[in-house]
Amino acid sequence: MAKTVLIVDDEPNIVVSLEFLLRQSGYEVHVAADGEAALRQVQAVAPDLVLLDVMMPEKNGYDVCRRIRARPEWSKIRIVFLSAKGREAEMTKGLSLGADAYVTKPFSNAELVARIGELLQERTSPGGA
Amino acid sequence: MNTRGRLLAWIAGLYGIALAVPAGLGVLLAAGLPEGDSAALMRILEQRTPVLVFGALLLLLAIASAVKWIFGGYVVAAQGLAEQTRLIRSTNAGLRPTARGGQLAGVAAAIAELAEAYRELQQDSESRAAEARSRLEEERNRLAALMSELTQGIMVCNAEGTLLLYNEQARTLFAAADANARQPLVGLGRSLFGLIDRAQIEHAAHRLERSLERGERQPSARLVTVTAAGRLLKVQVAPYLGAEARLAGLVLALEDVTELLGRESQRRSLLQLLAARIRAPVANIRAAAENLAAYPEIEPQRRTQFIDIVSAESNALSVTINDALREYADALKAALRLEDVRVTDLLAYARLRIAGALDVAAELDEVDDELWVRADSYALVQAMVHLAARLREEHGVRKLGLRARPAGRYAEIDLVWSGTIVSGDALTHWELQPMEAGAEQTPLAVRDVLEQHGGEVWYWSEGVGGLRSGGFRFLIPGAERAVAAARVSAFAQSRPEYYDFDLFARGALPAALDEARLAMLSYTVFDTETTGLEPSAGDEIISIGAVRVVNGRLLRNEVFQQLVNPHRALNPESARVHRIDAATLRDQPAIGEVLPAFHHFCEDTVLVAHNAAFDMRFLELKQASGGVRFSQPVLDTLLLSAVAHPSLNEHTLEAIAARLGVSVMGRHTALGDALLTAEILLKLLPLLAERGILSLGQALEASRKCYYARLQY
Repeated sequence: MAKTVLIVDDEPNIVVSLEFLLRQSGYEVHVAADGEAALRQVQAVAPDLVLLDVMMPEKNGYDVCRRIRARPEWSKIRIVFLSAKGREAEMTKGLSLGADAYVTKPFSNAELVARIGELLQERTSPGGA
Repeated sequence: MNTRGRLLAWIAGLYGIALAVPAGLGVLLAAGLPEGDSAALMRILEQRTPVLVFGALLLLLAIASAVKWIFGGYVVAAQGLAEQTRLIRSTNAGLRPTARGGQLAGVAAAIAELAEAYRELQQDSESRAAEARSRLEEERNRLAALMSELTQGIMVCNAEGTLLLYNEQARTLFAAADANARQPLVGLGRSLFGLIDRAQIEHAAHRLERSLERGERQPSARLVTVTAAGRLLKVQVAPYLGAEARLAGLVLALEDVTELLGRESQRRSLLQLLAARIRAPVANIRAAAENLAAYPEIEPQRRTQFIDIVSAESNALSVTINDALREYADALKAALRLEDVRVTDLLAYARLRIAGALDVAAELDEVDDELWVRADSYALVQAMVHLAARLREEHGVRKLGLRARPAGRYAEIDLVWSGTIVSGDALTHWELQPMEAGAEQTPLAVRDVLEQHGGEVWYWSEGVGGLRSGGFRFLIPGAERAVAAARVSAFAQSRPEYYDFDLFARGALPAALDEARLAMLSYTVFDTETTGLEPSAGDEIISIGAVRVVNGRLLRNEVFQQLVNPHRALNPESARVHRIDAATLRDQPAIGEVLPAFHHFCEDTVLVAHNAAFDMRFLELKQASGGVRFSQPVLDTLLLSAVAHPSLNEHTLEAIAARLGVSVMGRHTALGDALLTAEILLKLLPLLAERGILSLGQALEASRKCYYARLQY
């Protein structure tokens, strides 16, 4: 079964590219434009990985990450931050809140896909889900 | 018993004896007489009573005047001579004693001879001491000179936070924005905690102590503080080490970073903003572009979508970058830092840059060596290089002259060349371009630089035909160098008063001020000039002058001097004394505004005035209008002088000054009289100590007694 990725970003211009890229890479892709919608989608589709933009109106990426990590049943969901903020302090914060990776914008498509692949591989290989 | 009491006792005693002798004789004679004779004697005596009474009164008069003559001429005169002789030894070797009455004139003359010999001896040893002192003073002056050359403010305090040293820069940093504001004062013996928050200083001291315990070399702590006037100061705190390398005090170096921090944060936030604003659109473009490249067989609809994203996002990005660059130019403008620069140095630098960046020969001619401007030399030279670059590229000018001369408040700096005609419009165009010189580029234009300087530039030309020459003339505001130098020299004369390391040894004052030693106290010695003598009848203060005395030193730099508008007509009689005219007072603040400032100046000191009761009556009547209360102890030099010399009657400022050898200058201005009073106070303190009056409490008590004694006269 194809792995599921949820893209959370309020900028349609990046969502279009990411959605296309990940579909081409063989993932099932869902999209949410803000934090609240993201949590609803997580509930509904239980994705394997969430690509999370940090700066969004209302509920930001950090909040969404915290909420996901607060629920034990969602602990296996991989979280990758996508952020236009590149300071070390912000990266540290993201990882401390429980994200698995922090990717700063702009990024290379190929590298992002590789990183996502690694993260989803790690999870399935040792114990076997 | 006082002199008067003793005089009366002597008269009574002698008179008693004088009456007792004839009376006793009479009784003895009468006792041996037969009955009849004795009765006859009594009858005779009764009949002659008026004669006897008259004789007795005559005797009283004779004895009283004899005793008074002897008393005044010998006893009192001898006391006076004794006091004056002590003064000669202790305070004023130039004093020549006079004896009351004249009976002891010979003794006075003999003492005068002795005094003369003593003075010669003293002058000799004094001149040797003065020589040694002047060497020490020279060393101190060198230190003070070093301090005043620093651009940083420097303050040193002891462990209690009492200031022992400061330089003028430190005082300027803490100065109020406007003169009437209540500002914390920088002064010797004043507390550092009035200037910088106590908790901040204690935290720094604590950190230094920890560093010292760990054996760190050259430990220092930093803090940032805001002054009353809203300036932001960066303070570096270093330890002053006492015995056993323990913290005995703090050395503070102060720097005003108000503008620096403002600019710095502006630039930082701009950079952050820029980074954040550019990352997202670039990410959008890159993701779309990489998809286009990676999937050539992509369906046409998708392809169009990605291409649209790339085009829209890159357009938006251009706008963002242009906006940011404009903001960056503003930030750069704010970064211009004007400093006093010698034009010779400025042009020497310009010459190097023009030659280095453009391969244009620049010659320095006719530069006034004493010409200074207020400029950001880097930006100004960049402007010159930019113009030189345009001249070379568009008109082939390969040789330039640089010259400068003063022009009123400005300096005229000319960039000249010959042989080439440049249109007047060229400059208008060039000065609006972003400056460019070789590899260096900046969004700033020549115009921006000149606006920042408050200067101008224009093109001029002269001569005809092939001999034509032209130039760009920069008009740059001159620096007030002469003023600054004059100010420094005024301070140079009184430099040693900026520090007093003896204060290190001074511990905290005892809790009960009464027990404090007079020599250790801080005093505010003041004087007022008034419209008349009756405050209750509407007379007003027109001037207050005061000076501080700290640790036995008169601090001539730390003075208070303020004229006061009395809002009433001046009395011509008192006007003759103080020579202040009504027109001068019209623009001065009212007493209600002046008293809070004066009260602030007096904080934590003992007030001293000559005939203080008079000045205090005015202050007490007026303090309510200023919303303050003068509750500190008050000493009166008139009373202290009377305490020190009970046998001498003259206690006017002039008389005391003459007696104690204080030269009188600038009398009848409030500050002049305050200075004189302060010098007298310093001479009186050791004399009081000789009489066992060492503490403030003792001085106040002695003054009180003396005051009532004088009232009874």
